[in-house]
Amino acid sequence: MRYLPKSPAERRQMLETIGAGSIDELFAPIPAEFRLNRDLNIPRQMAESEIVDWFRARAAENGNGYQILLGAGAYNHYRPLVIDSLISRGEWFTAYTPYQPEIAQGTLQAIFEFQTMICELTGMEVANASMYDGSTGAAEAVMMAMRVTGRHHAILARSVHPEYREVIATYAKYQGLPLSEVAFGENGRVDLAALDAAITDQTACVLIQSPNFFGTIEDVAAIAGVVHAKGALLVVSIAEALSLAIVRPPVEADIVSLEAQSFGVPLSYGGPYAGVIATREKFLRQIPGRLVGQTVDREGKRGFVLTLSTREQHIRREKATSNICTNQALVALMVNIYLDVYGREGLRGLAEQNLAKAAYARKALGARGKVLFEGAPRFNEFVLQTAEESGELSHRLAGHGIVGGFPLRKFYPELGNASVWCATELTSREAIDAAADEIKAVGSVAAADCCEVKK
Amino acid sequence: MKNDKIRKASTHISQNEGLIFEHSSTGKKAFRLRQLDVPTVDAAHELGSALRTEPAPLPEVSEPEIIRHFTRLSTWNYAVDHGMYPLGSCTMKYNPRVNEAVARLDGIAGAHPYQREEISQGALRIMKALSDQLIEITGMDAITLQPAAGAHGELTGILLVRAYLESQGNPRKKVLIPDSAHGTNPATAAMVGYEVENLRSDARGMVDLAALEAQMNDEVAGLMLTNPNTLGIFDEQIGKIAEILHRKGGLLYMDGANMNALVAKARPGDFGVDVMHLNLHKTFSTPHGGGGPGSGPVACKRHLEPFLPKPVIAESNGVLRLDYDRPQSIGRVRAFFGNFGMFVRALAYIMANGPDGLRQTTEDAVLNANYVRKQLEGTFELPYATPTMHEVVFSDKLQSKAGLRTGDIAKRLIDYGFHPYTVSFPLVVNGAMMIEPTESEPLEELDLFIDAMKAIAQEAIEEPELVKSAPHSTRLQRLDETAAARKPVLRWKPEEK
Repeated sequence: MRYLPKSPAERRQMLETIGAGSIDELFAPIPAEFRLNRDLNIPRQMAESEIVDWFRARAAENGNGYQILLGAGAYNHYRPLVIDSLISRGEWFTAYTPYQPEIAQGTLQAIFEFQTMICELTGMEVANASMYDGSTGAAEAVMMAMRVTGRHHAILARSVHPEYREVIATYAKYQGLPLSEVAFGENGRVDLAALDAAITDQTACVLIQSPNFFGTIEDVAAIAGVVHAKGALLVVSIAEALSLAIVRPPVEADIVSLEAQSFGVPLSYGGPYAGVIATREKFLRQIPGRLVGQTVDREGKRGFVLTLSTREQHIRREKATSNICTNQALVALMVNIYLDVYGREGLRGLAEQNLAKAAYARKALGARGKVLFEGAPRFNEFVLQTAEESGELSHRLAGHGIVGGFPLRKFYPELGNASVWCATELTSREAIDAAADEIKAVGSVAAADCCEVKK
Repeated sequence: MKNDKIRKASTHISQNEGLIFEHSSTGKKAFRLRQLDVPTVDAAHELGSALRTEPAPLPEVSEPEIIRHFTRLSTWNYAVDHGMYPLGSCTMKYNPRVNEAVARLDGIAGAHPYQREEISQGALRIMKALSDQLIEITGMDAITLQPAAGAHGELTGILLVRAYLESQGNPRKKVLIPDSAHGTNPATAAMVGYEVENLRSDARGMVDLAALEAQMNDEVAGLMLTNPNTLGIFDEQIGKIAEILHRKGGLLYMDGANMNALVAKARPGDFGVDVMHLNLHKTFSTPHGGGGPGSGPVACKRHLEPFLPKPVIAESNGVLRLDYDRPQSIGRVRAFFGNFGMFVRALAYIMANGPDGLRQTTEDAVLNANYVRKQLEGTFELPYATPTMHEVVFSDKLQSKAGLRTGDIAKRLIDYGFHPYTVSFPLVVNGAMMIEPTESEPLEELDLFIDAMKAIAQEAIEEPELVKSAPHSTRLQRLDETAAARKPVLRWKPEEK
């Protein structure tokens, strides 16, 4: 086996040193009745070239090279080549969590830079070293709000990513944390009056997403006003991180839970991505996950270490802020490199291109259906209601090499045949026009007559 | 520093490098945007009051500076690619390159999680193949790949336990956890609303059966057991343990952190485990990445299957689909389907090994650990004489007489060119030194490690101060962790002008 660096003679020599007659003697602690005395029933050992062939064949069965007009929590942005070039260095990807800071300064400094950039983008004072992803990060943020406030109720906006809400429901179930939801209004934003009515003196936090699942940018300041007036915390989840380059950061939030996938992380059928929690300094002791801090060595030289670990499971065990152990260090490194490539000017430029593409797509597709939630700003996503069933349309678009929008019926039946569409800097005008044409081809019924929001 | 005993490593120049922000200068860039093929829009008009007026002060640097920055930083890390990384219970094995190559194929890395099933058959086939093979390897009946890490898998597994017991009418109150367990176990049980009750180990380092018998009652939901445990000891009473739990209606959860000792040699499903998680980043060679991403699939027996997170993969007539119609499901534990990129790598690893390769891998892992144990026994105290599997735990008892602790010896190992072992864990051993070589170490590297450990033991007698003040050959000396925690500086800020 090519990954095993031993000859048969060396194995024999080692057994001799140990004083074992055979390798099976070393497995004697496993009772005989539980030992597996047959080959595992899995495919035979394969050559590297066979493995590559097999995965190439699988890759070809996916929508390879399709134009993607779909976001909904996973965004198709260009990944500069330097990212994979750098993270492919073994020093990055074959290292462990930096428990020994003297020989892990590379990882530690990179995370410290990452934490800094997240603070700058979100307008928060501190950020952690990353969470598994945006959905689990949002769940952890809600738990954190419960610890900070000592209150036991959370309100989730219905315009938060449906799968994020499902994850939060799973996490909250046995934490003594009832959840309720608040509706969106005509413009797709959180209904402020409904929100105000929903908050009680037991509400630990209100979770919103901005841009929300419909692509609509929430009025964070107004929501914060309502939430803070009742003594609750505002948690803002951001799934499309690139929006932060051009959308006002949620500075009124108490906790920001960001999914950083947009920053140089491949779509990879949903993961690995990187969540991150950012917050105010005063809540630092309740933040889950790893934190990297600056310090000095014995000679006074600047260095970095994992810090404030008394919050964590390996010290606090059942009283820890979370059971999280691992983070997404390599993904956070991708994010760091990506943000260095685009920097202050490039990230803004990229965001402007997204804005332009989405505006074009909204107009082009909007001519064949009805764009919902007018009257509030959007970044690179929007909701389109069509005459025909969303799935049918997506199916046909796939035939043209286009990945269509996310059908909303499953989670928002009241919106009828509506999908959330996305255009990024990688979406070509040609693909947008082709998608629009396809809608037209079937939509022989005048769009305006058939596309009403059913309430 | 000259020292003839240090054979594995020599010091050499390493580059100094500041923070990336310290290279920034207005107008430098590492990008060129594409030409826009649609009309530009006025951002202020589009966004109104939602417009960001001040751009985030991200660095402005050029491409060569980025390459140098991260290359220089990388050289400050120790990695599996440098040499033995004997962190116990972390399974720092070789990360095959073909894994990385196939995970980056366009149709795989570029697949959107919500693209339609008819254009996702390749991705679903990868998930199905990995699921089937992990089920066979563990001897379980069903699996979810959704959990993003080991601790996340634990959470999922204990949620399954709770959902199952609730369906039987009583979720029960407590979870038993041995004193040798990883800290994530009790933290997980607490997240699922269970009280944690400590379970004593016996003198051999195994579960104290009498204590288990006494503590097991109808208030106990189950036991979270790592087997082999964190002492590297396979609990030979496992059949009996499962029987005691099952007799009183409890479930056996196995933390699969140490599965590298068992693959192709024994299957948890055959010895009474009801539910377990795997760490693809340990046993199945997906890279640790400096602390993630991991992946923590959870396998279970038939009676827990209805409760698995949704969706699950279903197949009919060779066509794969995602089945969301799971009324008893615990729900979701993560958006989308989990850390898919890690599934690709783990599957590539299993394919590269086949049944014979996996068996040899496990045998070599156990062989290496026992070789290290044999060679260091006597030099360091072995708190448990019980046979070890894939890892061995020594203590610093002999060296502590000279005032040296496990942490000092660990730091001195760095000078000898090794990453330290796991320090001060498991908690049941005072001054623990937990060594897991994995199968990836050649005999030559093991001998260098053994020599280094013996040389340090000698230094502990002759020059304890040398060990106490280690490391001596790193860029930085020991770092002030107390100061870091007392006055946390968690982000860079420009110097006030």
